[in-house]
Amino acid sequence: MTIKSLGNPFDGDQTLIHSKQCGCNDCASAKAGSGAGLTDVPERQVRSGTGPQDSEAMLDRAIESAVVRSVFGHNDHSRRSFMKLMGAGTAAALVSSVFPLDKAKAAVKDSLGKLEKTKLNVGFVPITCATPIIMAHPMGFYERYGLDVTVTKTAGWAVARDKSLAGEYDASHMLTPMPLAMTMGAGSIPEPFIMPAVENINGQAIVLHVDHKDKRDPKQWKGFKFGVPFEYSMHNFLLRYYLAENGIDPDTDVQIRVVPPPEMVANLRAGNLDGYLSPDPFNQRAVWEKVGFIHILTKDIWEGHPCCAFACSQKFATENPNTYGALLRAIIDATQYSNVPENRKEISEAIAPKNYLNQPVPVIQQVLTGRYADGLGEIQNVPDRIDFDPFPWHSMGVWILTQMKRWGYIEGDVDYKGIAEQVYLAGETGKLMEELGYSAPTETYKTHTIMGKTFDPASPEAYARSFAIGRV
Amino acid sequence: MASLNVRAALLSVSFLILVLGAWEMSTQPPPAQENMSEYEMLMGGADQESRVPPPSAVIRLAWEELSNPFYDAGANDKGIGIQLGYSVYRVLTGYLAAMAIALPIGFLIGMSPLMYKALNPYIQVLRPISPLAWMPLALFIIQDSDASAIFVIFICSIWPMLLNTAFGVANVREDWINVARTHELGHLRTALTVILPAAAPTILTGMRISIGIAWLVIVAAEMLVGGTGIGYYVWNEWNNLDLASVIFSILMIGVVGMLLDLALGKAQRLVEYKE
Repeated sequence: MTIKSLGNPFDGDQTLIHSKQCGCNDCASAKAGSGAGLTDVPERQVRSGTGPQDSEAMLDRAIESAVVRSVFGHNDHSRRSFMKLMGAGTAAALVSSVFPLDKAKAAVKDSLGKLEKTKLNVGFVPITCATPIIMAHPMGFYERYGLDVTVTKTAGWAVARDKSLAGEYDASHMLTPMPLAMTMGAGSIPEPFIMPAVENINGQAIVLHVDHKDKRDPKQWKGFKFGVPFEYSMHNFLLRYYLAENGIDPDTDVQIRVVPPPEMVANLRAGNLDGYLSPDPFNQRAVWEKVGFIHILTKDIWEGHPCCAFACSQKFATENPNTYGALLRAIIDATQYSNVPENRKEISEAIAPKNYLNQPVPVIQQVLTGRYADGLGEIQNVPDRIDFDPFPWHSMGVWILTQMKRWGYIEGDVDYKGIAEQVYLAGETGKLMEELGYSAPTETYKTHTIMGKTFDPASPEAYARSFAIGRV
Repeated sequence: MASLNVRAALLSVSFLILVLGAWEMSTQPPPAQENMSEYEMLMGGADQESRVPPPSAVIRLAWEELSNPFYDAGANDKGIGIQLGYSVYRVLTGYLAAMAIALPIGFLIGMSPLMYKALNPYIQVLRPISPLAWMPLALFIIQDSDASAIFVIFICSIWPMLLNTAFGVANVREDWINVARTHELGHLRTALTVILPAAAPTILTGMRISIGIAWLVIVAAEMLVGGTGIGYYVWNEWNNLDLASVIFSILMIGVVGMLLDLALGKAQRLVEYKE
């Protein structure tokens, strides 16, 4: 179901057809390949006031739309001429005389159920990976599902973890390895957490200090001090992977320190770090402050790698199933909306203020649109520098576990598939995505290619042991 | 011939002007470029080059912030007045809780050499622990970030009060206690009418040290847990590398800390006595 398709089906003057300028997901994903420019942001119906404003009305409209569409066999021209001929009121009465519209509406709402809790606390760390969680607030995606969400800025990942464990946050922005680690009790008490949605894919980079412009070959990096935002992060695992593939042992040849994202730039400037693999906007911010340059995007290490996550405790989901469902729908909608390149400029402006990321708009915009200065004198054009895709592939969870095993964060026999399937709810999320009208993969495992090496989720243990540099 | 005070004030002001003037001169932005290329625009132009902001920028920002100190633009963006209010509330709550425990125990170990010897090892071990070392433990056990911040204030402001109270009570002159004894005063009355007034200046000194420490600690604690408070404000501005705001908030922290210290200084003068 797209927003565009929720025009009033009884109105003969409104088209339900997706026009050329249409910004809805179906059209945008079709257009994305053609390298559409970011100049005109199409107005959304929900904002311009012609669409339904709240979740109730939206559901009503969705059901009406489905019924009317089925009557006219998706032929919008015959629908419009019919409505013009009959007048909207008569047509609505006519349709409901043959089809119990009110009953259908009630039945669908019952299946969603009453919200156990409408006031929610959701934590986020101020980085662009949190875009869907943040923008859902100013742009009304939570409200649409009847939720009153407070998004709270959090100082770092350890605090996000502790506040989630303490129940202060109902759900939180996390790193994809965190719910796996928390469930297994690595680095915290074991508490089952679930990750129904990935926030973003790609979107990270290795940044080096401007003094190292002549050291573009990783083999020259011995003795460097690197920063990563958290031990259980894709940043740590990707940096280790990249270094090891280039023959640098991340445990002995360089130092990897945990530095909270907002402190990355200051540490780089102070010479406390030679470089870092960190989330944006702090990569672009280092360029903007003229202290660093972008050495490589993580997209070029692993195209489409997962990064941040939307996670909550198993307990919250089982105790508040309807609230959890509504929250997840809002997140999936927001993630899909963020995925559309045409929406990125609008989103940049929505999330830049003090209340959210607290960053200059041009910095956020360079990250989200992918047209950016690299700090080496070039303008790069990488539209998928950061992307948003909620589907939590089980195979991604398994890969993360192989790296945790490889570097000694977990020991002994690991039930790779069991843990990945317990934490990453790919099946349920897929169903929900279909229900919301997005396309979802039918499988939950696939092979991934990382720096030219293929990862097969069917044999994780062998993969974890297959590297020249590792701790197993 | 002007009085010493007037001359000192004149000198203070001229120092200020001299320092601010030198600071302003040394941090002028490079001249604005016209017709910047797209690359330069994406790099933030010349103006954004990382530099310390001039005092005029700080003053301008201070004026903006102080003219609307209580605005509330969402969970993560509140006026400086609200932020300071949260911090002062946390400090006072933790501090009063510490007082409620430190003063009676201080009295006890001051009056009883046995208790002093028994409790002293614990006090000596707990006293030097940095408040921030308590933070993870507090978050883990209390499971509430606000209460944890208050606990950290409590745990670090308790020791100077406790030790000073004990010291003050133990050092009340023997003669005075003997006089109380010859008047056949009970233990409680001796404590309240003789020992407390005699030890009050020392106790107040301990309280004054404690409030200073509590105010130092709250900024660090709030930077760690985030949410609200002046510590969060500094962290949020650092997040944006906005040095003008950081300098402004540092000044505000200094001013509020000074006011807290002044209040206790006044209280201290009230209980002072001359022998």
